[in-house]
This record gives sequence, C-alpha cells and structure tokens, in this order.
Amino acid sequence: MSLSTPTLRILLYEGEGAQPLAAADRYAAISSLLEKGYAVTRSAADRPVAPADSSPMLVLGRFPGSPPDVAETDIPVHFHDITALAPAQLADLVETVRTDTGTAQHGAWKPWFPVIDYDRCTNCMQCLSFCLFGVYGVDGDRHIQVQNNDNCKTNCPACSRVCPEAAIMFPKYKAGPINGDLVSDADLQKEKMKVDISALLGGDVYAMLRLRSEKAKSRFSKERDSDKALAERQKCLIKLAAAGDIPPEVLMSLPSPEEIARRAEEAQAKAAAARGA
Amino acid sequence: MSQPPPSILYCHCKYAQVVPKEVKDAVLRRLCESGVAFEAVADLCEMSARRDPALARLAQAGPVKIAACFPRAVKWLFHQAGAPLSPDQAEVLNMRTLTAEEIGTSLLAVDLHANLPVGKFAPSDQPTATSALA
Repeated sequence: MSLSTPTLRILLYEGEGAQPLAAADRYAAISSLLEKGYAVTRSAADRPVAPADSSPMLVLGRFPGSPPDVAETDIPVHFHDITALAPAQLADLVETVRTDTGTAQHGAWKPWFPVIDYDRCTNCMQCLSFCLFGVYGVDGDRHIQVQNNDNCKTNCPACSRVCPEAAIMFPKYKAGPINGDLVSDADLQKEKMKVDISALLGGDVYAMLRLRSEKAKSRFSKERDSDKALAERQKCLIKLAAAGDIPPEVLMSLPSPEEIARRAEEAQAKAAAARGA
Repeated sequence: MSQPPPSILYCHCKYAQVVPKEVKDAVLRRLCESGVAFEAVADLCEMSARRDPALARLAQAGPVKIAACFPRAVKWLFHQAGAPLSPDQAEVLNMRTLTAEEIGTSLLAVDLHANLPVGKFAPSDQPTATSALA
C-alpha cells in the first residue's frame, strides 16, 4: 500500500444548475461515501470550503440538463448525475471513478500510528531506540519524527508506554492520555511506573532477550528441544504483553531474538548518533 | 467587511469504534439538515498519515471548527501532516466526550472559541527534511 497516492476529492454540488437534495438524501449520500472511506465536500454559499488542488475531482449532483460549465483548469474534473442513484449505487459509481482515475483506495490499511506531541517531547530518542519496526526517524535537524506510519503494528501502543513524557499519542486508543486526552500529573507518575517495560522484566529488555536467546541456544544445543525454546520465548512475550497492553499477536509476530537484538542495536545506534550530534 | 463564518470539518473516524456511533451520526445528520457548507472526511488519522493536501488547504483557509476527537490529538495530527493549525483559528469539538447536541450547536454557531492546547512548540518549528540518519 502506498500512502502517497493522490486521493479522489468528491464534491456534492447543489448550486446553480443542479437540484438541491432533501436533507435525508444528502445524509444518506454523504454517509454512504464516508463509510467507503471517501471525503466529501458539501458546498454552499454560506461558508468557505477547502479550495481545489491538483487532485482529481468528482462532482456529484442532481443535474436536470447537462452539468454546469467548468472554468478552464488543469484539474481533472468528472461530473455525474446522481438523480436516480440509491446510496449503494452511488458508492459503486464513485468506486468506478476512483479506479479509472488511479486514485488511492481506502480501507486497505487501518490508520494506526503514533502522533508526537512536540509540546511535551524532549527528543530523548527512547521511542526510536525502542521501536523495532522502523516507525521513527530523525529530521534534518535531528529531531525525532514519525517517518514510516504504515510500519506500525495495529493496536500496539508500546512506544507510548516507554515515553517518559507521555508525548506519544495513538488517537484511536481507548484511554487517555494515549488517546490524546490531556496529561495529568497522576498520568505522568503512572506512566513512569509502567513505562519502563524493561524494568518490569528486570533490566534492559533487549539484553534480556539476548540473554534468553543465549540460554535457549545453550539448552538447544544440549537438548535440541525447539518446543521448549519456543515456550520460553512465548512466556517472556506474554509477560511483555501484559505489562504494556500490547496485543499478543504483535508480540508473537516479532522476529527472532537475534533479529530483535540486531534491530535494537541499529535503532540505538541511530538514536545515539542523533543525540550526539 | 464582516468575516465569513468558520469553515466546518467533520471527521467520521471510520476505522475505529472510539467515537460513539450515535454521536457521530447525529452530528452528521444535523449538518446535513442545516444546509451549510462543510467538509466531511472518513478519517482524519488516515488523511494525516497520507499527508493529504486537503489538510493543508483547510489549515490555511482561516477559522475552522472541527468535529473529531481530543484537541491535543487533532492539533498534532495536522502538524504531523505538515499542515499545522493556527492556534487562534481552530476550535475542536470532541465527539468522544461531548453530546451530539452540544457539538451541533457549537459547529453551527458563527463565533469561534479557539481551544487548541498551546505549549512550548511554535508553529514555525516544523520538522525539516529527513536526514540520512533516518
């Protein structure tokens, strides 16, 4: 999936040259398109709406004759009469135009990713050090930023747990302050207590995983018992899941301890380089 | 010359069940019944992840009222999309905590009560280009 593909802009037009929709029909049309992931502009003379850009545009309306004229423009504009269309048919029509225009498909990815509150962030790089999936990076001024949204593991808020300032939000998370609710002093104390997942496990989580990996290897060489090694790893990950409200499926899909150690070292080197600059 | 009323942005929060369905449906219904112009988006988070240019156009188009979730989350979603909202020109109405009635009334009122949290970060402190470290 590419997040950089342009999106189709839909305008519900009820002005000159078109018949207005009844309120119930307007609601049915807009909600059916929103449910398919589209954004809809309902234009009227009373308030401004966002101006057009270079994205392809689809203008929907009840046009009794031919659609209204459009000023000469570089923007690809498509018109469709929706007089006889039920909401489900409307969604199908829009999907056809979306395919024809090569614009972004919605719904292929659940938008779950961290959002940084820079009013709170101290650029400590703990999130960068912690995340194994390369979600974080640094900008040209070596400030932390979210760079690979779609690498984030759906429903996993683990990095927000390691942030000492409660500066990382997941707006679709169930509870505050991770969901964007204001951060209270009590939250900060709570965060500090639960954050340090590594402390909960008795030290550096990566060091611990490495140690377990070494122990497992040692046992493995003696016993050749892969089931035992796997059970050991799962036990460790279940403990992590409970500590950080991390979906078990996320932890169970983590790479091998060796790969985790390698990625962690890579992330820590990045963070150290950013801090040391 | 009088100022135009604030533009309206409604977020349907399609990809999660954290906004009560009855609230978001009632807010959308009220907007449709009012006959006003508005922007309805399926999911602000998705737009932010895409850095959708529509967010920049909205952020730069003057006063705006946004029916979505927590003001702190909305502020930084726009920021992360490279489209920072002006702190004195944006009012965020939280559909996770307010009633549909409260939100509908505030959205349609012409006066704007800016409520984005203001902290140490200045809007000019936008992230710069990605470095080779990233």
